[in-house]
Amino acid sequence: MTRLPEVTPPPFEPPYPTTEARFAPSDVVRVKKGAAPGHMRTPWYLRGHVGRVERICGGFGNPEELAYHRDGLPARPLYRVRFTMAEVWGNRAERPADTIDAEIFEHWLEAADAP
Amino acid sequence: MGTDSDQGRRWHDMGGRDAGEIARGEHDHALWEKRVDALMRIASARGYFTVDCLRRVLEDMPPDSFETMTYYERWIYSITQNLIETGAFTIEQLNARMEEVAARGPTYGEAQGIGEREAGE
Amino acid sequence: MPHDHHHHDDPFHHDGMSPSGHPYRPDNDQPLTYWQRMEIAVRELLVENGIITAAEVNEQIAKMDARTPAQGARVVARTWTDPAFKARLLADGSAAMEEMGIDPDGLKLVVVENTDKVHNVVVCTLCSCYPRNLLGLPPDWYKTRAYRSRTVKEPRAVLHEFGLDLPEDVRIQVHDSTADMRYMVLPRRPEGTEGWSRDELEAIVSRDCMIGVAVPHLT
Repeated sequence: MTRLPEVTPPPFEPPYPTTEARFAPSDVVRVKKGAAPGHMRTPWYLRGHVGRVERICGGFGNPEELAYHRDGLPARPLYRVRFTMAEVWGNRAERPADTIDAEIFEHWLEAADAP
Repeated sequence: MGTDSDQGRRWHDMGGRDAGEIARGEHDHALWEKRVDALMRIASARGYFTVDCLRRVLEDMPPDSFETMTYYERWIYSITQNLIETGAFTIEQLNARMEEVAARGPTYGEAQGIGEREAGE
Repeated sequence: MPHDHHHHDDPFHHDGMSPSGHPYRPDNDQPLTYWQRMEIAVRELLVENGIITAAEVNEQIAKMDARTPAQGARVVARTWTDPAFKARLLADGSAAMEEMGIDPDGLKLVVVENTDKVHNVVVCTLCSCYPRNLLGLPPDWYKTRAYRSRTVKEPRAVLHEFGLDLPEDVRIQVHDSTADMRYMVLPRRPEGTEGWSRDELEAIVSRDCMIGVAVPHLT
C-alpha cells in the first residue's frame, strides 16, 4: 500500500523556464528503478517509490550527460517530488507522516495510480 | 517492498545508510582550500568543466577516499582530473611543475607561488 | 624562515585571523602535502596558460569570504517584517535575494517556510549541495557521511543530536538537494520579538536555523 503525502501546489509559476512538462503538481508518480553505473542525481533510497509532484522546478540540462563534458540538451523538466517516510522506510520510519522532498528529473518518473 | 539487492548502488549515494553520531567539529578554511574553491569556480565559469563533471570524478574515486582524504583534497584531485580531460594543461606540464614546486621548500609558505607574491604587490 | 606578511589590503591576512574570527590553520608553516603541491602547480599552470589570473583567484576568495550566514539572516529578518517581500521570496528566492543586493551568481534558491505545523531541514545525500552564494561555505558536519546518511531516514534523531526536539504534531519535511535547486529554511519568528529592529532580529538568526537543525532563540 502506498502512503501518499499531501501537497499544496504553489500559487506561483516556476521561476525558471520550463520545457513541456508531462506531470503537474499533485500528480502521483513513481521513481523508476535503475542500477547502471555513471553519474545520476536520483538517490538510491527513492528509486521504486511513489510520491506526489509538489512543484515543477523548471527545465535543466541532464546531469547524466553534463558529467561527461556533453551539453546535456535538450533541457528536461525537473520536479520536486514529495514522499512520506512511511512509503520510503516502511515500518522503520520514525514518524510515518514526516516527508522527504527531492528533485527528480522527468525521465526518472512514471505515472502511478493513486491508491 | 522487500529488501532489494544493493547491486549497482554507488558509494557516494549515502541517503538512508546506517551511520553513527554526527561529528560536530568545524574548521576554518585554510588558504589553500579557499584557492581550490576559487579555482573550481573560475575554471568552471571558463567552460573547462561543470559541477556535474566535478561530481562524476569524485564519485569515481575509491570508496575509502571519503575517509582517507579531506574534502578539498578530493576536490583538487577532481578539478585536476577534469582540467587534464579538457586540455587546460598537459600531464607533462603538470608533472614538471609539481616536481618544481616540491623543490622550492618543505612548507606551503615556501612552495606557494605567484598567487601569494601578487597578493603582496 | 616563514614569510612575514603585513598586507593590510590583502584579503587573507587579517592579523592572522580569518574573517570569522578564528585563527587560520597555520598551513604556511606546515609540511607541504602532495595535494597542496597539486593546487599550487595547477594554479600556476592555469595562469601561465592564460586561463586565469592570480588577481582573479584573490578576488574570488575575497568574494567568497564576504558570503556569510549574515546575508541569510538579513533576508530572514526582512521576511519577518515585510509580508509582500516574503511572498516574493517564496515564489523566487534568487530574485528576492537580488532585490536585497545579494548577488545570486547562478544560485537557484528555494526558500521553505517553517510553520507551527511544519519544520524543514536540508541535506544533500549525494554530495554537499548548499546555498553557498547566500550562506557561505557549509559547515564540516553538513558534509559528513553520518549527516548525509541519517537525515533522510531519521531526521528527529538527527535534530535531537543538535539539541532540537519537535512535537509529534509537527511534520518534519526533509529536503534532499539532489539537483539544481538550493534550499534555505525560513525559521519562524519567535514570540517576544515584537517591535524589534531588523538588526536585533538578524542577530538571532544563526546559520543552523537556515539549514534547519536549530531554531532562533531569544538570547
